[in-house]
Amino acid sequence: MGFEKFLFYCFAAITVVAAGMVVTRRNPVHAVLYLVLAFVSSAVLWLLIEAEFLGIVLVLVYVGAVMVLFLFVVMMLDVDLAALRAGFVRFLPIGGLVAAAMAVQIFLVVGPANFGLEAFPKPPAAPAEYSNTEALGLALYTEHLYPFEIAAVILLVAIVAAIRLTLRRRPDTKYIDPSAQVQVKKGPDRVRLVKMPAEGKVETP
Amino acid sequence: MELWTSLPVIVRILLGIVAILLPLLGLVAYYTLAERKIIGYIQVRIGPNRVGFRGLLQPIADAVKLMFKEIVIPTRADKGLFLLAPMIAIAPALAAWAVIPFDAGLVLSDINAGLLYILALTSLGVYGIIIAGWASNSKYALLGAMRSAAQIVSYEIAMGFALVGVLVAAGSLNLGAIVGAQSGSALTWFWLPLLPLFGVYLVSGVAETNRAPFDVAEGESEIVAGFHVEYSGMAFAVFFLAEYANMILIATLTALLFFGGWLSPFPQAWVDGVFLLDDGFHWLLVKVFFFMFVFLWLRATFPRYRYDQIMRLGWKVFIPITIAWILVVGLAVVYKLPPWWAV
Repeated sequence: MGFEKFLFYCFAAITVVAAGMVVTRRNPVHAVLYLVLAFVSSAVLWLLIEAEFLGIVLVLVYVGAVMVLFLFVVMMLDVDLAALRAGFVRFLPIGGLVAAAMAVQIFLVVGPANFGLEAFPKPPAAPAEYSNTEALGLALYTEHLYPFEIAAVILLVAIVAAIRLTLRRRPDTKYIDPSAQVQVKKGPDRVRLVKMPAEGKVETP
Repeated sequence: MELWTSLPVIVRILLGIVAILLPLLGLVAYYTLAERKIIGYIQVRIGPNRVGFRGLLQPIADAVKLMFKEIVIPTRADKGLFLLAPMIAIAPALAAWAVIPFDAGLVLSDINAGLLYILALTSLGVYGIIIAGWASNSKYALLGAMRSAAQIVSYEIAMGFALVGVLVAAGSLNLGAIVGAQSGSALTWFWLPLLPLFGVYLVSGVAETNRAPFDVAEGESEIVAGFHVEYSGMAFAVFFLAEYANMILIATLTALLFFGGWLSPFPQAWVDGVFLLDDGFHWLLVKVFFFMFVFLWLRATFPRYRYDQIMRLGWKVFIPITIAWILVVGLAVVYKLPPWWAV
């Protein structure tokens, strides 16, 4: 067994175990951290198939930004396990039905017929000067430019919708506008020095 | 040299790691002393001067003290995560050094996507802080972690965009190639054509490492010590090491990306082969030390930023500046603006 194969089985095992932990942990923060572990080890698997750019970007975008915000939200949640378990038996049949339907769908699309070494011949090794990043950039901005732009617009729509849904004016809060604050000038806005005449001697009774 | 190439690859890599990490940890130790001395002088004090000649043994005394202190674990803290957090904080801070070139060709791992790798690893450092804040079971620690997470995620965007400008200008993600693209003299380094990006990068770097004036994550006057309030002994020391290693990393990256790394500031024709004036590791060292000093200088000069102003600066000032300047750099590269991009 070559070193690469050994690495593959190590990280594949870590990915599977971590993914299992995500759905079985009681504590939601632990579950999110296992999800992070699953992401990192699948990034290593991507590195092993010479998709360096995608592997590093997976860590950068999902682990470094998305999961941080996700973790942040989960930490703030007050999860009441008793309330979550209420009605477990009542909803079990329909839940089981949905789960079974999904399992069948997944099986039909990515069943064992689609896998195996004969279905995927080993790709030819890339030449030494081959740069993953350049190849991806070229494909994205020439061949697939149109779908790329459409995806960008869809994301923009999602951003606008999310902002519109959460933005509300609250005139009753004493909100300070920091951009107005930093524009304060020393002269007229902040301090006014007033020259006062001395009062002279005060008579003590 | 023959002896070196005859060694197995794994031994060579391990020796390379030791050769990078030992000086780095020594530098971290003496950076803490430099910080106390320099800030002392700026504030007209003497700073530590009791241990050893002029206080030179102070970091060793500190390290010995921290090693023999008890690690207190708070009641009802998440013990596993509490102990894991400092390790998660320091691992990316050290691993990022793998792709840093120290001289032409002198690099542990010469990978094509070096800049991306650094960006990915520095974005992992925030996990140590968040996990520490949550696992401590303390409200101050959680507040510190919250502030830190929001701040790091916000400034990472500006930092990433500043680096996009650098890679457009250099046409490569490889750190060695980026330095090579700046060759010429001090005027062809990227600080001049990318001046706004350089400013954004330096300030975002200070914010990313949670240093003053952006140290709201551990604002002593508001939330005691922030995310590491419950940590003591070596567990605390590891957080400290990670913070300083990150500062040195940001200083090194600033020198490599904007100030020509190991390149000499004089035109090559003047100094070719001249001892100490020609390109070399010593120039990188000089530049790195200067930016390390800037970190301390900022801390001694500015009061702490208020939290909402930090967010405004990151989102409403830095991100628009970087986006506008990426456009300018793109046009300059396409139209081959001399002297930087003339062929």
